[in-house]
Amino acid sequence: MPTDVEEWKDEIYGTDIRAHMERFAEEGWEAIPEDEHDAWFERFKWYGLYHQRAGQESYFMMRIGPANGVLEPGQLRTIGEIAKEYSTGPAENPEFGNGWADVTTRQAVQLHWIEIEDVPAIWDELEANGLSTLQACGDSWRNIVGCPVAGKDKNEHVDALDTIHELHDTFKGNEDHVNLPRKWKVSVTGCHEGCGQGDINDLALEPAEKEIDGETVEGFNVRVGGGLARNEPRFAKNVDVFVTPEQAADVAGGLSALFRDHGDRENRYNARIKFLVDEWGPEKVRETLQEEYVDFEMYAAGEDKRDQYSYNAGVDHGHADHVGVHEQKDGNYYVGLNVLVGRIGADEVIELADLADEYGSGEARLTQRQNIILTDVPEENLDALLAEPLLEEYSPDPHPFQRGSIACTGTEFCSLSIVETKNRQVRFSRWLKENVDLPDDVQDFHIHLSGCTASCAQPQIADISLRGMKTRKDGEPVEALDIGLGGGLGENPNFADWVTERVPADEVPGAIQNLVQNYDELRDDGETFREFVVDRDEEELAELVEPEETDYEDPYMHNTKKTWYPYAEDDDMDASPAPNAADESPTPADD
Amino acid sequence: MTVPVRTLDDGAWISVNNARAVSNSDIWPLASYDFCDCDVAHVLCESFFDVSVHRDTIAVGAVGQCIDCGSQDTIDALPVGRVIDGEFRAFEPGALQAVNEPQS
Ligand code: HEM
Ligand code: SF4
Ligand SMILES: [Zn+2]
Repeated sequence: MPTDVEEWKDEIYGTDIRAHMERFAEEGWEAIPEDEHDAWFERFKWYGLYHQRAGQESYFMMRIGPANGVLEPGQLRTIGEIAKEYSTGPAENPEFGNGWADVTTRQAVQLHWIEIEDVPAIWDELEANGLSTLQACGDSWRNIVGCPVAGKDKNEHVDALDTIHELHDTFKGNEDHVNLPRKWKVSVTGCHEGCGQGDINDLALEPAEKEIDGETVEGFNVRVGGGLARNEPRFAKNVDVFVTPEQAADVAGGLSALFRDHGDRENRYNARIKFLVDEWGPEKVRETLQEEYVDFEMYAAGEDKRDQYSYNAGVDHGHADHVGVHEQKDGNYYVGLNVLVGRIGADEVIELADLADEYGSGEARLTQRQNIILTDVPEENLDALLAEPLLEEYSPDPHPFQRGSIACTGTEFCSLSIVETKNRQVRFSRWLKENVDLPDDVQDFHIHLSGCTASCAQPQIADISLRGMKTRKDGEPVEALDIGLGGGLGENPNFADWVTERVPADEVPGAIQNLVQNYDELRDDGETFREFVVDRDEEELAELVEPEETDYEDPYMHNTKKTWYPYAEDDDMDASPAPNAADESPTPADD
Repeated sequence: MTVPVRTLDDGAWISVNNARAVSNSDIWPLASYDFCDCDVAHVLCESFFDVSVHRDTIAVGAVGQCIDCGSQDTIDALPVGRVIDGEFRAFEPGALQAVNEPQS
């Protein structure tokens, strides 16, 4: 039997949703019939609106998906202005204030506290500036990711941007592909550092070359079925197909159609294409694709570049991220700025847009490590840009613990979360910076914190993997984290092993401190952390992680999900101002 | 009349009568149900994979982990509340409720 979600999608989905959303906006929150909430909120996702968690009814997260994270001149400013005007909530966040934007691990932007009444005005402003929320969530083509400096990078093999734009233009809003069984995440990489993180996407196009009629042709190898969620992580599997850039859209569309027709629509937990690849094997995926969906003969896989991958790979060469000042192939520079846990104040987004205009071309790019890059800075502007006060906070040369920190949304807004994430990760990184000495030669140390097993912060591919859990401490249930080690991408990607589970959150910094100390003492000369971990078995590693209380203080040990907002003065569920009726300003219920 | 029930947002919560009824991430103590070796298993409900109605009782299928011993398992039908006169009344997750526990 098809699920309710499938029935709702059958009734109304895709671009037909928009007129309804505009009507609800016009008439106000109350106009969404209560007995249709579930159906409408499921559909809203297709247009990039995700209902926030219990206690925050009527407020939405809005996701904006610029292909490959490329923000054309002016677009960063648009995002800042929209965040400033529409993305403030009824309470402040103690680390971030009120009014900010989140840069995501899929090169998108998330705004919170959005109300349905404001959505048409936001769309107008976004669309006037070439941005969109279309298919940012929901069961279809999500934001396409890739190397964030595609087209600029010196290490590029093919310029993936043309292909990314072609896929984006072909499949966003495409009637034949609007309604897939589940999300469809695509990565297209052109550089040989592996920055597209193709391995963890449903569909990955990776740089490759192939001898065709005696000539070497540049293009992509195809992998299918990666993803991290639900304790079922998979790396995408090689389906033995090489595509030229001209063939990319036909083959990608063929795979999306194959998923549309053969994916499981009866069980959403079994719907991602990774499960179909499990069931069929890559050979049958290829066969079916060739027989039913692609009308030219596909090439067998070409020669890939995976042995050169360095991105998030735990190796001591290449680049592990895009932070810092780097020369572009045109002689200008890009300057990658660290945005701790991806969150940046609305005013600061606008200031950054000013800097992009003043010193660069106005363009900015978003990375899968939740950072922002300003591109096209001529050499003579570098010193002045680097001297700007804003770059003290959003630094091109941050401490490794801040540079390496990623955190998902967590209990602040997310309905699936188990623990608080972003504020905690900010506090972790601050404490680690003050108290833990990394070996001098270690510049990159990735710590990813996800609030649950959905793995939005990609915890399984970090040096230290943190995942939300609970445990008991001094008799009381408290927020805890599972600690995993050994994950990373590269030629031979690994998922972390969860070596020490249910560590009370306030003992995690101590655990990291002890682990880093043990690494420093026991490592071979020049051994990277990843190499060190891969060399040891789980038991040995578990002994190197010694959870311990320190002077780190964690204000979020209680059940933050049970609050209406974890940082509100009166955080009790009953004190929630939600739902916020259309024409009232928020009034706390305890007034 | 049957009430509409469903799991949504990838098992984050249970909808009863088109309203959020039960959320994941609560801890449910289970004394008689054989979840792990603890006397009382304190099971963190990570996500729901199913929901069903048995007369007036709403039961969920859940993925859980005991916060004391770390045992992980699924529970097929954990009662989480009742529908009385068309209204959903949630059981208090923190309270021991042996009578409502699923059959081992
Ligand atoms: C309000 C709830 C949620 C919020 C705020 C949220 C937030 C995010 C963010 C910020 C990202 C990266 C950005 C992007 O996709 O553009 C992401 C990715 C992801 N989300 Fe969520 N998410 C939510 C619910 C869920 C749920 C219910 C699932 C269940 C499967 C999920 C699974 C994932 C996964 C697996 C990834 C990335 C890892 C991958 O590529 O496989 N998220 N989410
Ligand atoms: S990992 Fe879990 S808690 Fe974090 S945003 Fe994703 S669904 Fe929410
Ligand atoms: Zn137990």
